[in-house]
Amino acid sequence: MTTTRRNALKGVAGAFALGMGGIHWDTRQAGAQAPKKGGTLNFAISAEAPHYDPHASDTYATLHFAAPFYSTLLRFDLAKFPELEGDLAQSWTVAPDLLTYTFKLHPNVKFHDGTALTSADIKATYDRLRAPPQGVVSTRQATFADIGTIETPDPLTVIFKMKAVNASMAEHFASPWNVIYAAKDLASDPRAPLTKINGTGPFSFVEHVKGGHVAGKRNESYFKQGLPLLDGWKGIFTLQAAAMLNAVQGGQVMGEFRGISPAERDRLVSAMGDKIRIEESSWTLALLVCFNVEKKPFDDVRVRRALLLAIDRWGGSTGLSRISTLRSVGGVVRPGSPFATPEAELVKLPGFSKDIAASRAEAKKLLADAGQSNLKFTLWNRNLAMPYTPAGIFLVDQWRQIGVEVEHKQSDTAPYLATMNAGNHDVAVDFTNLFMDDTSLALSKFLSLSRSPENRSRSKDEELDKLYDDHIRERDPEKRKALIRAFEKRLYEQAYQQQLLWWHRIVPTHKTLMGWQMSPSHNLGAQLEGVWLNT
Amino acid sequence: MRGRPSLRLEIKETMLRYTINRVLLMIPTLIGVAVLVFFFLRIVPGDIVEVKLRGDGGTVSQATIEMERKRLGLDRPLITQFGEWMVGMATLDLGKSMWTERPVMQEIAGRLELSLQVAIMATIIAVLIAIPLGTMAALYRDSWIDYLMRIITIGGLSIPSFWLGMLIMLGLLSAFNWLPPISYTPIYVDPVANLTQLIWPALAVGYRYCAVAARMIRSSLLEVLNEDYIRTARAKGVFEKLVITRHALRNALLPAITVIGLEFTFLIGGLVVTEQVFNLNGIGMLFVQSVSRNDFTLIQGMVMLIAAFYVFVNLAVDLLYAVFDPRIRYD
Repeated sequence: MTTTRRNALKGVAGAFALGMGGIHWDTRQAGAQAPKKGGTLNFAISAEAPHYDPHASDTYATLHFAAPFYSTLLRFDLAKFPELEGDLAQSWTVAPDLLTYTFKLHPNVKFHDGTALTSADIKATYDRLRAPPQGVVSTRQATFADIGTIETPDPLTVIFKMKAVNASMAEHFASPWNVIYAAKDLASDPRAPLTKINGTGPFSFVEHVKGGHVAGKRNESYFKQGLPLLDGWKGIFTLQAAAMLNAVQGGQVMGEFRGISPAERDRLVSAMGDKIRIEESSWTLALLVCFNVEKKPFDDVRVRRALLLAIDRWGGSTGLSRISTLRSVGGVVRPGSPFATPEAELVKLPGFSKDIAASRAEAKKLLADAGQSNLKFTLWNRNLAMPYTPAGIFLVDQWRQIGVEVEHKQSDTAPYLATMNAGNHDVAVDFTNLFMDDTSLALSKFLSLSRSPENRSRSKDEELDKLYDDHIRERDPEKRKALIRAFEKRLYEQAYQQQLLWWHRIVPTHKTLMGWQMSPSHNLGAQLEGVWLNT
Repeated sequence: MRGRPSLRLEIKETMLRYTINRVLLMIPTLIGVAVLVFFFLRIVPGDIVEVKLRGDGGTVSQATIEMERKRLGLDRPLITQFGEWMVGMATLDLGKSMWTERPVMQEIAGRLELSLQVAIMATIIAVLIAIPLGTMAALYRDSWIDYLMRIITIGGLSIPSFWLGMLIMLGLLSAFNWLPPISYTPIYVDPVANLTQLIWPALAVGYRYCAVAARMIRSSLLEVLNEDYIRTARAKGVFEKLVITRHALRNALLPAITVIGLEFTFLIGGLVVTEQVFNLNGIGMLFVQSVSRNDFTLIQGMVMLIAAFYVFVNLAVDLLYAVFDPRIRYD
């Protein structure tokens, strides 16, 4: 017996049925107007994609650049987030035991080069994602570890057979990063997607002027009838926030879809009045304080814990939320989402107490016990004004209050990440960049280094690994929640890394831009197929 | 200045010899720069492959890292890599960017056009304003004209170009609710769109440039105006206008030419922040990006380009000296 995905959500895999009560974004787009066809959308992208391959990327810059050219198997329905809807999949079923996923593809889907999409393309893409050939990078390879085999009984059917239950698998099929490539392109050169774009998405590639812009035009043979609505779009790279704000205010771009700070929002509202639309939401992003446990004295849990205890998150939230995109205090899961730890429980965890004086007294004692009363170290941070710089300055000040001297070192994104990934940092401001609230992603970052290369604390903790594995196989939401709590407690007691604050997303768009949908993730909704211009 | 034909021929030959010598001297200078930039870059910590493959937060095996290193030719001895690069340079092939894998020449060409145009426009603005401004200030020393010039030039020296750029943009926004185009259009495609976009950064950097040149012209002209030959010319009854333009200004311009030449070369690659303010896709931004990515081949290519600009502009400045100062020709 099989059941539909939606039934699975409601019934068997109850984890999906918890709803998203915590989301509170403000949508003020007129809903009743009939969409108009035509026009070119100019929007700002605040970073330039390093390459064109979302499989190998973890930056939104790649998605805002490439997503309109591609399709995915499933995707998140942003109007009913976190529910899923088909993209290339016309329909799909999930076996009650969650071990088989069967997808029926839309017929008559064509790649931009004119060749027809078949199930072989899905298989080739997912084979590349789960077992990349030598020289190919698959950033989220670990999330496909539970896939056993991929069968293609006919050109329009794909069957994924799982080796083990993975309660999050459907969400991974909807990941915006898992775009579908043509099997023939991958066969001729597995690295081709890094530099060549051939998708089935609503727009086809026109040009990428390095350092300038990327442009797409309507895919006339797009498989969804009547879409896309725009004739084309141009994503203009605006690396400096002031230039981006000027461009929005001056009408050179109609919006920026990642997010701006409260001060930037206020400037636009004050200058543009009712011509600008501001949408806000909590964000699936958090900054972390991360200790490299391979470096002394951070191999000592007392030192790590002392440094976490010294941080006044609640006070910081009030102050930093006025000047930066940082806002919510939360644990390993986004505050307000179904699996999030309620505040009453959170304040009992190390580092989250509201009695900061007592916490700092304990921190000083721990440092003294560890023989580190005069601790000095370097805080490694990303050279991005928002929100990394204010976060770094805040941390330096918090640690100064327990007598710790910190040098704040910031560098560009690529060397910043390369340094942390190579384990050359002492303490770092790290981040989580999620596209959904499902905890398989949120927790995987904290697994032992051998299982999670993204674990920049380089810790090895079998207890955490086991709790993770148990939670991902657990289909009862309440039991799963309990396992997440246990995971969180263990992580914070060992103080390998800890959330500093979660971000708050503010997106400005001109009111003439319609059909764009806000969500808690800047990685979602970048295909632009339903976007139109009310001019 | 009408000398004997044989003397004029001799002067021409001397100038030609001088020019050839200077051009030949450029070769060892550029080779020296090439050696320094190549080996210094290899000493600086950082690995393009790590940054490229792991810098995006990806899961990458050590085998993949090694494979990429091999593919980019980074596993070969340094001297072999250097030799290949030098051979390439001799044929104007600067190799491929290790980051984008496009030819370095192509990467640079796309940006150089814009940077060069901004530099030329800023130079024209600076020269057109600086010469009359500096001359008037010197001629009317300690008058209100001089004081006004001093205020203008001190403003130019003390206001950073990028900040002036921000003020220009905000001023345009608040006064006209208008901004120049955000995307670059080459001048041969649409001159109006091109000039509408680039006139503002040219003004922002041209102001500082003009201030430097005007002050140099003023002080140099004041010095020249006290020279004996100026007094002699006046005593002989030469028109004051001729004394100023033919005798004084011509000599006073020599130090200003040096400053203008150096400033011009600086503008080619040194406008990083100003480019960001105006969202210009120029050489400065490319330089910063390539350094942060450890893109050796691209950095090498740009350093060589800017070094070549410096050398050529220096040569042009020296030749201009000879045009303005007959003593240099006779020497």
